[in-house]
Amino acid sequence: MAFDDTKTEDFKVVGQRVKRPDGVDKVTGKAKFGADAVAPGMLFAAIVRSPHAHARIVKIDTSKAEALSGVKGIVTRADFATGLTGGDLDVLENVMAGEKALYDGHAVAAVAATSQLIARDAAKLVEVEYEVLPHVTDVDKAMAADAPVIREGAADQSVPEGMHANVVRYHESGHGDIEAGFAEADLVVEDSFKTEATHQGYIEPHACLAQLGGDNKGELWCCTQGHWNVQKLCAAMLGLETSQLRVTASEIGGGFGGKTAVFIEPVALALSRKTSRPVKLVMSRSEVFRATGPTASTSMDIKIGMKKDGTITAGQGTFRLQGGAFPGAPMEFTAMCAFAPYNLQNVKQVGYDVMANRPKQAAYRAPGSPMAAFAVESVIDELCKKLGLDPIEVRLKNASKQGTKASFGPTWDRIGLVETLEAAQSHPHYSAPLKEGQGRGISCGFWFNHGGETSVTLALSEDGTAQLSVGTPDIGGSRASMAQMAAEELGIPYENIRTTIADTATLGYNEVSHGSRVTYASGLATIKAARAAVKILCARAAAKWGIDEDAVVWENGCAKPSGPNAGEFDPLPIDKLTRSMGRTGGPIVGHFEATPEGAGVSFATHIVDAEVDKETGQTKVVRYTVVQDAGKAINPAYVEGQFQGGAAQGIGWALNEEYIYGEDGRLQNSVFLDYRIPVASDLPMIDTVIVEVPNPGHPYGVRGVGETSICPPLAAIANAVSNAAGVRLKELPMSPPRILAALEDQANNG
Amino acid sequence: MIHVNTKINGDDVEFLCDPRETLLDALRDKLGLTGSKEGCGTGDCGACSVTMDGRLVCSCLVLGAEADGKEIGTVEGMAEGENLHILQEKFIEHAALQCGICTPGILVATKSLLEKHPEPTETQVRYWLAGNLCRCTGYDKIIRAVMETAADLRKAS
Repeated sequence: MAFDDTKTEDFKVVGQRVKRPDGVDKVTGKAKFGADAVAPGMLFAAIVRSPHAHARIVKIDTSKAEALSGVKGIVTRADFATGLTGGDLDVLENVMAGEKALYDGHAVAAVAATSQLIARDAAKLVEVEYEVLPHVTDVDKAMAADAPVIREGAADQSVPEGMHANVVRYHESGHGDIEAGFAEADLVVEDSFKTEATHQGYIEPHACLAQLGGDNKGELWCCTQGHWNVQKLCAAMLGLETSQLRVTASEIGGGFGGKTAVFIEPVALALSRKTSRPVKLVMSRSEVFRATGPTASTSMDIKIGMKKDGTITAGQGTFRLQGGAFPGAPMEFTAMCAFAPYNLQNVKQVGYDVMANRPKQAAYRAPGSPMAAFAVESVIDELCKKLGLDPIEVRLKNASKQGTKASFGPTWDRIGLVETLEAAQSHPHYSAPLKEGQGRGISCGFWFNHGGETSVTLALSEDGTAQLSVGTPDIGGSRASMAQMAAEELGIPYENIRTTIADTATLGYNEVSHGSRVTYASGLATIKAARAAVKILCARAAAKWGIDEDAVVWENGCAKPSGPNAGEFDPLPIDKLTRSMGRTGGPIVGHFEATPEGAGVSFATHIVDAEVDKETGQTKVVRYTVVQDAGKAINPAYVEGQFQGGAAQGIGWALNEEYIYGEDGRLQNSVFLDYRIPVASDLPMIDTVIVEVPNPGHPYGVRGVGETSICPPLAAIANAVSNAAGVRLKELPMSPPRILAALEDQANNG
Repeated sequence: MIHVNTKINGDDVEFLCDPRETLLDALRDKLGLTGSKEGCGTGDCGACSVTMDGRLVCSCLVLGAEADGKEIGTVEGMAEGENLHILQEKFIEHAALQCGICTPGILVATKSLLEKHPEPTETQVRYWLAGNLCRCTGYDKIIRAVMETAADLRKAS
């Protein structure tokens, strides 16, 4: 098989439901997560946080804290690098406040002490004098003329003149003639929607163990989705040379995008440098909610025109995203994903990135896309209802296909939206009868997927087994799929591959585990690294046989002559070649480094049945089916797991989860009791259908699957709830008070 | 400091702890038993689930001092040497974990469920595990692993 060949059939290991290699460690408690590491002489740290949403820091007095027995060091902003600009300055401002605290929970100082209890006691003794400033937490209010300015001069050049200083970025895209499109329509529906911020809700709080000496050489252990990114950012925050800081990724207890940023890692390093001791820093759950990155909250206007036959003539969307006290809300993703499933002649989308006194938003599984789908797919559902059309038929009629121009510019390559719609249509769920009080909803969803910088090394051992080093933290079983792909190429058993997440000192740069990129990009690199090793194996066999390298093929873990003309030789199995490798040319290692750009986009269609209790406003999801294009499922069990997990998170977002701020700008629900994510008794089984429309950009056809699964649920559930309750819900979450209010409003106003 | 004598996974253990220190912190920081996890510290997520004299508790809501004279069971005590408990086997087989941070707590809670209710319905399993948060799986594969374990245990007995 040549280096660049694709393989679409006769898989032996790929496609199997193998047991994950880290399974035993994870069911026995041996797996080491962020908070599970220790070091001799280790100190414990605690962070002092602002209780105000917006305040000038007048004075920080650490004398009482320093006097407490066991306290070894305290850091403030003065202990970090100066002279940073742009994105690095924003990261540092968020990690440790400078002149102003910008949100409730913003870090202002940190303490290291000989025990966790002493560190927490000392943090309470740090006296911070604040000058409280007016604050704003709502996206629409933050754009209003009288809103307090979070930070002057934060806007870039894209923002049109006359906007409030809190509007910091602007996006516009689309094609065709919107007004002409609306004029062609038989019916135009226009509506506005809002969604509250939600948190990724990973069960493992951020945790790290840092060691940094006076020589500015450091070691950092932390739970992160990308340790090279941590290395780069921490080096900047501390004024270090990047390569002098070695970062090791621990096992990671969930991330969903929220562990792509740094929060506590630079603080632990600063404390370690100050105290000359290793420092462990672990967030409490409340700190996770208050001071890491939730999603943006949104306010959206949608207008769609449709003909009586279901053809969409025009689509228009305005998306205002509040992303906390820093630029970066993913409004361009929201705008670009909004109409991506549909082949529209006339489409326009506009996005605003708005700052407010909240923690800086972070990525959360397909950042920005679920909100767009909620708004757009709700309006499409209303149009279907008013025109008496079947919602799947309408989506099929307008579906994006290979060759059609996407709403945000590019022309689609091979994509699988139609296949997901057809599979949903023929699924028994779609035609199953509903009970009294129940409603059914469907929605499509879209995510780009991503490639990104990737380095992989595969080293063969003397016994013919292989050590695979990848640099993308394994967040949901990726070591298994990597080993499956390597085993497939090498023709050896899956169990003979040991996959390790290498630290920053032992591999080239690897981008963060995000963008559904790991199975695609690290997988592609693994396949190519294995093929590079196979090429060397074939060369060694050729040398032994005295024939041309091109006359040797690799099959089932053996080198063989390519045909009768190549000569008559017994196949040479991998272990025979590796046992002699020291004498035949040295160690055999395959490696691959690249920034692959062929991540295939992914579409999904979800079907959901919801039951609404009109007396209490309570909604129960009674049946759920996910249909999604995976390109090629390397390990179907874990692909299903991604589908189910995304659906469950979407159910929480749709029905219950939200950031609740008081008038004082403080977060009121920063514990799991009050910020309630779905529990086992809230959910039904989640049925899955894996559609496989191969991605031309991957040797096996893989598309990322991690994120698309959270795009349709908000809209699908909103459509189901609206059908069940008989009233359209336009704000998320559709919590009991909102449903009761909508029912009451309908009763009063018809 | 309080001197605590206790039994953990069948072994006699003693440690000193601050009166404010939780059992979870004592297990993790004093005894190196880091299999029990802190997801919330407020008894809402169940990642720190252990048994105390056979009763399922959140070890973040129990003081270290309360372990004195009690028998504690943690995830580290589930397997017998190299032999995994059947629940542990089934969780791996069913892909009932993704990140794995909630897994120790869910396994301890589930073992406790099956000891009390060997023939649980799906609803019983779902409500028993309602105090154990999992953010990755949507619970589907966890519930299936538990139901199949229960069925296998019944066949075996």
